[in-house]
Amino acid sequence: MKTGLAKLTLALMAAGAISTSAHAATTLVYCSEGSPEGFNPAFYTAGTTFDATSKNMFNRLVEFKLGTTETEPGLAESYDVSADGLEYTFHLRKGVKFHTSKDFTPTRDFNADDVIFTFDRQGNKENPYHTVSGGSYEYFTGMGMDTLIKEMVKVDDYTVKFILTKPEAPFIANLAMDFASIFSKEQADFYMKKGTPEKLDIDPVATGPFQKVQYQKDSLIRYTAFEDYWKGKAKIDRLVFSITPDASVRYAKLKAGECDVMPYPNPADLKQMEADPNINLMSQEGLNVGYLAFNTQKAPFTDVRVRQALSLATDKSAIIDAVFQGAGKDAKNPIPPTMWSYNNNVVDYPYDPVKAKKLLAEAGYPDGFSTNIWAMPVQRPYNPNARRMAEIMQEDWSKIGVKAEIVSYEWGEYLNRSKNGEHDTVLLGWTGDNGDPDNFLYVLLGCDAVGGANRAQWCNEEFNNLLLQAKQTSDKAERTKDYEEAQVVFKREAPWVTIAHSVVYEPIRKEVKGYKIDPLGGHYFYNVSK
Amino acid sequence: MFQFIFRRLSLVIPTFIGITLLTFTLIRLIPGDPIEVMAGERGVSAERHAELSAQLGFDKPLYVQYFHYVTGVLQGDLGNSLITREPVMKEFLTLFPATIELAFCAAIFAIFIGLPAGILAAVKRGTVIDHSVMTFSLTGYSMPIFWWALLLMLVFSVNLGWTPVSGRIDVVYWIEDVTGFMLIDSLLSDEAGAFSSAVAHLILPSIVLGTIPMAVIARMTRSSMLEVLSEDYIRTARAKGIAPWRVIVIHALRNALIPVITVIGLQVGILLSGAILTETVFAWPGIGKWLIESIGRRDYPVVQGGILIVACIIIVVNLLVDITYGIVNPRIRHSR
Repeated sequence: MKTGLAKLTLALMAAGAISTSAHAATTLVYCSEGSPEGFNPAFYTAGTTFDATSKNMFNRLVEFKLGTTETEPGLAESYDVSADGLEYTFHLRKGVKFHTSKDFTPTRDFNADDVIFTFDRQGNKENPYHTVSGGSYEYFTGMGMDTLIKEMVKVDDYTVKFILTKPEAPFIANLAMDFASIFSKEQADFYMKKGTPEKLDIDPVATGPFQKVQYQKDSLIRYTAFEDYWKGKAKIDRLVFSITPDASVRYAKLKAGECDVMPYPNPADLKQMEADPNINLMSQEGLNVGYLAFNTQKAPFTDVRVRQALSLATDKSAIIDAVFQGAGKDAKNPIPPTMWSYNNNVVDYPYDPVKAKKLLAEAGYPDGFSTNIWAMPVQRPYNPNARRMAEIMQEDWSKIGVKAEIVSYEWGEYLNRSKNGEHDTVLLGWTGDNGDPDNFLYVLLGCDAVGGANRAQWCNEEFNNLLLQAKQTSDKAERTKDYEEAQVVFKREAPWVTIAHSVVYEPIRKEVKGYKIDPLGGHYFYNVSK
Repeated sequence: MFQFIFRRLSLVIPTFIGITLLTFTLIRLIPGDPIEVMAGERGVSAERHAELSAQLGFDKPLYVQYFHYVTGVLQGDLGNSLITREPVMKEFLTLFPATIELAFCAAIFAIFIGLPAGILAAVKRGTVIDHSVMTFSLTGYSMPIFWWALLLMLVFSVNLGWTPVSGRIDVVYWIEDVTGFMLIDSLLSDEAGAFSSAVAHLILPSIVLGTIPMAVIARMTRSSMLEVLSEDYIRTARAKGIAPWRVIVIHALRNALIPVITVIGLQVGILLSGAILTETVFAWPGIGKWLIESIGRRDYPVVQGGILIVACIIIVVNLLVDITYGIVNPRIRHSR
């Protein structure tokens, strides 16, 4: 008691001055923007959750090569694809260790059982873990894996064969996604036996570079570098996610040295960051696209000339300046330039109101018409201010006689109604999941997606056939050719006004070395040193 | 006295039912489907939507859902968050200590500055001191919290480096979560410097959160003191030659405090219900931010449960204030 009191007095005396007692261990602080929804990445779709889980704690059979959208071997050293594209055989890495948690110490290395468990849990309704923790696997079903995987066969402890229902080239890219993070079957069995299976999703052991030590909701997450990581221990000893929802505060913390890396800065702060000698402002074009989709099943947008006319009437450079404040790049294709198969030869519609008016007259609307522009109620990386964007377009279109009314709904309502095609034109966008062009082109513009993510309600046979053809083959050169051609068709048919790809900025402290921006939007800390 | 307490308590039950009904209907009246919000641009198919609806019980008629909710509440089960799938009660209990800690420090700041300032202003009525106290309290009262917080942060944390920017403790300390109160946990941790770091992290948020209550308390104390100071018994006390400070502290203040205590009670109730702006700016893991985020995500169970708990806290604090007031002032106790 007495020592407690003495300690209290001493501590009170010292209060006010921040103590930064020097620990020998190197700690990297990442000021994240929010709390993860949970610690099983298969349940969620938010990047915030993936940063805290899959990106730094887990591994997958194949991984994205850091800084690119290409895949490289992960827990599988290599894989073979059968000639018909239906069988994928993965040769697993040996000697991969799992983390240890408070309750559970693994007794064996990673093997084929873990792979099969991870996917069987998500796809097989009979799996005892399928319904644990609410059991909804949004990405697994969203990417169509439930209908794609016919069977998984354990050939031996270190070989797994996936048999597919149809050839699907993006399958490998899907396996590099967060939902495919490998769990320990041994830990799952351990918790099931104890009658607390839900603990697997709260405190999972994984094989990645960092292991979770502590999580305080809305406050912080602490990790230590995993000593036995199969690629070698990370260069930093400790990793802390300091959860800081406000961007100005994240910046204040970065300036004060309370964090080393911060995501999502305010565009207004960028100039100051650039000038700060302690801060290194990194930037890269994001893997996203912001667009305006015409409802091609509703007149007058059924007529390609009307769509082309409105594309010509939209002054994109004004939008980039006013809405993106420079943190955006003019888009001409539905896929971003960092993605393979991007067709740089496509020529965009220039800003040309005179030609637009002429086209409109040809289509039978010499005096224009009345329509609406739906503006999203939320801020997104691909569209920081949809309302402002809609206002600029409204002004532009009025010059050729098109009177547009701006409409907005609550976000959930907005998504739902636009899915049903209630709009004339709608502003929306997309952020890539797996770096595969199929994930933009087929998901957003394929015939299957009409009534879903295809907000243009656009089904063009020529375009769709090219995409289907590209899905059938795993030859990348052939796929590239198909996608390049598809982009030409897309531009000609103009179902969207492609507006912009946002530029991602990440300010980091000068002393942080080896950090790379991930084009897929994740934050990885394995290669970072301080 | 018991009759008085009983009368007050009997009012709590209809209030409680009213709150459950109100939160349940209001959150459902806001357009927006939690499943669509969860899915975002990606969207869900109609079948999947139906499946999820059934899983979450949204396919049942509203009165059935309400009945399930109320029976759950009566058994102490507030349901699970749609997003994190954790029990609402568990999430609340993890976050509430941070709110209490901040509310407590803010209240201390507000009382220790507001009360003496109010007394001083009343005693020195009409002087420069009075005017400056009133000007400061009016400024404090009308201060936009967000701006005030960022201003203090830029000056004291970024430019002068006296206080940390945000959070509850310096990241170099790895404090075990024992009680959830950082001040206590840091003392228990045996890590040198942890406690002072926790205190340092509390300074700015407490000042920001305590500014408005401080202004309210100062103004209330001043007006209440002025009223009491003009009473006959004070003049009598002065005439008897009692020392001026004794007249103020012993004779005047005791009576002047009655309405001030009520105000303090109400302010504490508000502080405990979470401070959304202060919590957001200082990245303080409390319940205010939790509730606001849940409304945005249409996380029905968290909104319903969280608001219910907060309302209960306010009811209890008000009840305690009423009872204290009744004890102090017999006229209230006896009035019907």
